[in-house]
Amino acid sequence: MEKSSIKSNSAQKPLSKIFNFHKIMDEKDIMLVYCGEFSQELNKTLLSFTERKFKAENVEDNTRRKVFNIMVEILQNISKNKIESTENITEVDAVFMIGNNNDDYILISSNMIGNGKIPLLKSRIDEVNSLDKDGLKQLYQKARLNNSLTESAGAGIGMIDIARKSENKLEYSFEELNSEYSIFSLLVRISK
Amino acid sequence: MEIIKINATEDTPAVTLDSVNNIYEISGRSLPEDVVVFYQPVMQWLKEFEKTPINDFELSIKLEYFNTASSKLILDILLKLEEVFLNGTRLKVKWYYLASDSDMKEAGEEYSEIVGLPFEITMY
Repeated sequence: MEKSSIKSNSAQKPLSKIFNFHKIMDEKDIMLVYCGEFSQELNKTLLSFTERKFKAENVEDNTRRKVFNIMVEILQNISKNKIESTENITEVDAVFMIGNNNDDYILISSNMIGNGKIPLLKSRIDEVNSLDKDGLKQLYQKARLNNSLTESAGAGIGMIDIARKSENKLEYSFEELNSEYSIFSLLVRISK
Repeated sequence: MEIIKINATEDTPAVTLDSVNNIYEISGRSLPEDVVVFYQPVMQWLKEFEKTPINDFELSIKLEYFNTASSKLILDILLKLEEVFLNGTRLKVKWYYLASDSDMKEAGEEYSEIVGLPFEITMY
């Protein structure tokens, strides 16, 4: 049981710090929060739950599809890049949530990442954030032609697609857990 | 040629490659985590198609959603068809999108920009 208390503390800390998690929880309409083991089976469950909810609330088709598409990329990024517990670290549960405010839907994810992967991921996100619609289209086309599927999913074409569909700048942070691992948090807005 | 008939699931599309009834279609949702495994029979079929091409071949692509990994695989399929086309086979790709789905229309336009084969984009 000791393990689970470590998990929840370390998983919530970066979120509360960076995205003011509790404030979001209080002020915004949170549609979904999941914390735990991610797999393709679970992804399907979260996707179908969200889809039903959006349909029930008569969310406009294009917006609903954008949220769904971005959600697929975020969830598969988490489930494909799982880090198992080792002697050096207790695995921190990944988090995924969807918030809903007046202007946007907000998709937030938070998961463990090897420190070695940070520079590339950071430079990729900074690159997509620096581009306009046309620049993103060109980068996407280039990445799709050159991209090898063995490449880490999150650092490549997936992030470009998220940026294109969101039409907003991606917000992110890295918080170091130890010399090997950090928590990577990503916040994506989809304007209504 | 071998007939391929795969039923749709929650995260994989229906695939029909049927040279007897002349139906070639990929439709539904393409969101598998391992796209290479899912599309392996399709790529294998296309290798055979390249050896014994069928004139007036029409592939319909009617997707509701696809993930970026699938987007790469779809490009591989189109590039393979482009090769066959450039070798002299009459063929066409029909890309379908829902009227309300501007992203899917745009996705079709982007494929048509980079692949050199007859490519028809149709609303349904």
